[in-house]
Amino acid sequence: MALAIPTERDLRLDLFRGIALWLIFIDHIPSNVVNWITIRNYGFSDATEIFIFISGYTAAFVYGKAMHERGPVVAGARILRRAWQIYVAHIFLFAIYMAEIAYVQSSFVNPVYAEEMNVLDFMNRPDATIIQALLLKFKPVNMDVLPLYIVLLLLFPPILWLLQRSATVALGFSVLLYALNWEFGLNIAAYPTGEWYFNPFAWQLLFVFGAWCALGGAERLSRVLRSPATTAVAVSYLLFAFAITLTWHAPRLGYLVPRWLGEWMYPIDKTNLDVLRFAHFLALAAVTVRFVSYDWPGLKSAVLRPAILCGQHSLEIFCLGVFLAFVGHFVMVEFYHGVGMQVLVSLIGVLAMIATAALLSWYKATERGSGPPKRPLDADFAGGQA
Amino acid sequence: MRNIVAAFLVMLAGIGGVRAQQSETCEVPGYLLFGDSLLERVTAAVAKDHALKIAVIGTASSTLSGSGGARDAYPARLEATLRNLLPSVSVDVVVSAKPRQTAEKTAKAFDKLLLEEKPKLVIWQTGTFDAMQGIDPKEFLTGLTDGVEKLQSRGADVILVNMQYSPRTESVFAIGAYVDNMRWVARERQVPLFDRLAIMRHWNDTGAIDLYAATKDITIAKRVHDCVGRALASLIIDAARLNASESKAPR
Repeated sequence: MALAIPTERDLRLDLFRGIALWLIFIDHIPSNVVNWITIRNYGFSDATEIFIFISGYTAAFVYGKAMHERGPVVAGARILRRAWQIYVAHIFLFAIYMAEIAYVQSSFVNPVYAEEMNVLDFMNRPDATIIQALLLKFKPVNMDVLPLYIVLLLLFPPILWLLQRSATVALGFSVLLYALNWEFGLNIAAYPTGEWYFNPFAWQLLFVFGAWCALGGAERLSRVLRSPATTAVAVSYLLFAFAITLTWHAPRLGYLVPRWLGEWMYPIDKTNLDVLRFAHFLALAAVTVRFVSYDWPGLKSAVLRPAILCGQHSLEIFCLGVFLAFVGHFVMVEFYHGVGMQVLVSLIGVLAMIATAALLSWYKATERGSGPPKRPLDADFAGGQA
Repeated sequence: MRNIVAAFLVMLAGIGGVRAQQSETCEVPGYLLFGDSLLERVTAAVAKDHALKIAVIGTASSTLSGSGGARDAYPARLEATLRNLLPSVSVDVVVSAKPRQTAEKTAKAFDKLLLEEKPKLVIWQTGTFDAMQGIDPKEFLTGLTDGVEKLQSRGADVILVNMQYSPRTESVFAIGAYVDNMRWVARERQVPLFDRLAIMRHWNDTGAIDLYAATKDITIAKRVHDCVGRALASLIIDAARLNASESKAPR
């Protein structure tokens, strides 16, 4: 039984999760010129991959230690408590979503959009809609990540147990599930039709892979990651993906993509975590790990502190981001939606996320200073929120 | 508080004001409108018969409500523009727009339509209802591909028309996957895509048409349909390599 649990927190995780949270927020504001800076425009994968991978990593880091010290029952119970917190957060966001929709329905008329306004039909059936939302089957826009996260955590206790017994078997099981989904198209049904936007049977691969890395996998990979050949392959793939995405932004360049390549490659499926997306994330991660080392002094600098703070309170900041995206869109629709406003809304949103994260850290620091004796490494205290 | 916000916004409006200059035309830049896919059957029909029968198939956003709705909706505006620009061609546009139809369901009715109307060109507006219903994007892709193949195999050219740009409902339902699938099918089947989404966004961003406006008035809707109809006419003339008469500008 090999147990390798790192003792000190890897600030790179917080940093990149914080940045991912900002990018997710910015991407969630529609008709926003600032969208252009986010990574989804320059490659196949986007901030969601980063977020899920790091969440898997930190979940294993925090609960793996708990499982090692207190046993699977305590660790499992903590994981389920975390899943419940995320469920509550999701329902809270759903309430805000409903409020926005209700406002749009009562305030907006324009004959151009007679068809589009039909989407608000579901407001006429609040019974079905609310129950389906409680069952996580109703899919409000931009709120697909939390249901995925809940399912991943619900399934995590046995996977974590297995990861600690035999990491390779657990990862193999995860890859097998991914392959089975690829072959048979498993997914969870949504309401009123369709399926989940993020298929848990596919996206679990990133989460489990993150957990695997946290429990010693990263060290096992370190020789591969240090090799110049890996870096060369990763950089070439990133450049290839960049070139392909360019042809999306300038459709006139589309003819440069050979037909056979297009047929093989498209459509690049986000719902089922297309292999091209997964590979793109791996390439990004490989290049990042190569150039930003564990003990890079910059990680302690004041410049990166805001992102790290946000990354350390990921659930709260993620929810805040979804909420702020709604508010930002509302303000743009109601008052003014010019470029200046788009930049301003994005900027204020990120600043609000940073301020909230700082406030949460302050709360934790004061509670830790005056409260009962320090608890062992816990999801709520280590800043290692899963 | 509201006054402070308003004052601040006026200031911001100054920053973005250059872009918001009202323009009277709703011209569409070539890169948004024209592509490489040709309408060869249309070219042949016009050369041979001097006639062009077009069928517009779609959902509610291909229609306008009100008494003059049919006359002001984009299919009628397209017909008027084409007749103007192609005086020697007998242009006929028929409309089959049913609300609340998915792409798959619409495609099922193609046989009957092809048999009855024998159009040389089918303009297929779709995607909105599928996105609103959250139809599985894969199902949408299949329905769309099957529909286009059916039309092409029975001798009709196809133009796909995607969703309207609707800033108010952007945070209510997500259209991204459906937009991508329509682009993909257009590319794969080599049919022109009338990118209504990008074109309407362009009109909004250049200040030609304010699509954020909340109003019961039909004026903006009429203007959108008129502009869509005229842009579609330009696309058809370009993609079928027809010679438009330069003398008469469309009404």
